[in-house]
Amino acid sequence: MIEITDLSVQFGGVRSLDQVTLTFPGGTCGLIGPNGAGKTTLFNVMSGFVTPVSGRVVIDDIDLLDMPDYARARWGVRRTFQTVQAIESLTVYENVLTVHEHAAKGSRSDTQDAVDDVLAFVGLTDVRDKVVRTLSQRDRRFIEVARAIVGAPRIVLFDEPAAGLPEEETEHLAEIIRSVPERTGATAILVDHDMSLVQACCEWTAVLDFGRLVAAGPTADVLHDERVLAAYVGDEEA
Amino acid sequence: MRVGQVLSHRAFQPTLVGALFLFAMFVMPSVLDATWIFNFTQMAIYAIVAASVGMLYGRVGLVSLGQVAPYGIGAWVTIRLAYLTDVPYPGVFPLLLIAGGLVAAIFGLLIGLPALRVSGLYLALVTLLLAVGIEIALNRIKLPTGGPGFRGVAFAIGDREPMPRPFVADGDVAFFRYAVIVAFVMFMIAVAFLASKPGRAWASVSQSEPSALASGINITRYKLLAFGLAAFMAGVAGGLYGAHVQSNSSIAQFDRQAALFLIAVVLMGGITSLWGAVLAAFFATIMLPFLTQNVIGHNFWNDFALTIFGIGLMINLIQTTKAMEKKGLLE
Repeated sequence: MIEITDLSVQFGGVRSLDQVTLTFPGGTCGLIGPNGAGKTTLFNVMSGFVTPVSGRVVIDDIDLLDMPDYARARWGVRRTFQTVQAIESLTVYENVLTVHEHAAKGSRSDTQDAVDDVLAFVGLTDVRDKVVRTLSQRDRRFIEVARAIVGAPRIVLFDEPAAGLPEEETEHLAEIIRSVPERTGATAILVDHDMSLVQACCEWTAVLDFGRLVAAGPTADVLHDERVLAAYVGDEEA
Repeated sequence: MRVGQVLSHRAFQPTLVGALFLFAMFVMPSVLDATWIFNFTQMAIYAIVAASVGMLYGRVGLVSLGQVAPYGIGAWVTIRLAYLTDVPYPGVFPLLLIAGGLVAAIFGLLIGLPALRVSGLYLALVTLLLAVGIEIALNRIKLPTGGPGFRGVAFAIGDREPMPRPFVADGDVAFFRYAVIVAFVMFMIAVAFLASKPGRAWASVSQSEPSALASGINITRYKLLAFGLAAFMAGVAGGLYGAHVQSNSSIAQFDRQAALFLIAVVLMGGITSLWGAVLAAFFATIMLPFLTQNVIGHNFWNDFALTIFGIGLMINLIQTTKAMEKKGLLE
């Protein structure tokens, strides 16, 4: 369970998150909203890239905001990025190894087993020793996912992981995201504009619009909520 | 950090490295005259400094124009200690090189501190200013030449003593081989770091600091490690330089013009591979003397060689920018 209380983020004159209070119950949760709603800002706060003006993010009685930025990944906050950040000059194995050796602890053989295990899980064993710059965008997306879930994460933040993927690959991705809580024990939060992916992965979803929480609850209910429809297609009175 | 892991890493090409090493050790001394042995010794030394710059820029993304500073500090410390100690005693000279490298590494960490706050052009300017500071300091205290006192400067030319060399490498040819071995060891240390946990962390920091943070990498620690290692390498090179030129050492090696020349040739040689450092050292210490001393019309080359290097650098930067745009790394 992730409890967010009264979280506000200000960029100059723009309030990207405005007193957001929200509890992610666990499992795989969705976080949706139109562009500029504050979804990635919320991820950036949890990752330590953005310092909020107020609020708390509490997991297991620990306030994430009290931790140094690099320590959060070591504690278990992992993420993917909208723009793929897999390290171009390293091999697929080294990319995932880099996260494991910094963010997780273990002996050399444990590390190797963990990395190979996650590569097999996401389907990258065939390209294990290829340098990333030689690989397709599809492979890079799955490298990002492998980097986010290797070891023992407590929270995995997926920021538009399906961007640019063909439909059949999106289905494969959905299977992976769905199985993250069971496989790792982590809470997964998915941000995506592909509602079919959100529906396929998430039993519970929260909706942000202009930095405010619009709705939260079971995904099927939320997607039919009038306030959510208004946020996406605009209010008739507006 | 396992030996097998290093030898099998793609940054290390054993056949090519082995062939070049054997060529330098056994073929070059038998075909080159004293002048070119001197120049190639300087090349081996300069390659270490170039590798330190290339590693910082190409692997960690840190543009330092101040690498001549640890080079100069390493030279001063090693030269000073060499006059104080009984160098011909077996095993002392490597310890002096390490001491020079370690003192330089401490200064390297100080140079690295601003890197935690600034990057890109600003970092280049800050590091250049630090190099200027070291240049001013070296201008004041001079390099030791066997004189008395803490500074060890002999003011009359007749009072100068050549800096002692290691007993196994007193002659020029033997010292050339010694410099090649030290350069080889320094390159292997660089490869060992690049092929292991720090190298992967540097690659991550270089590509994207947010992504590195999200991987649990302590960016501050790894940037400082990079500056410390690069300064250590440059410091060791400085010590070798002192023993190479003996009493003829010149602080012109460590001034601001040398700092800019260094980054220019390193960029021309290439920063994505350690081979670029070898090429950069070749440009700086072999090609330039060859053009200015051996080619017909040497006055022309004397006047315009640096201009030609400048043009080469511009072409290199334009090509690099185009390549980066093509890869989508620049807008």
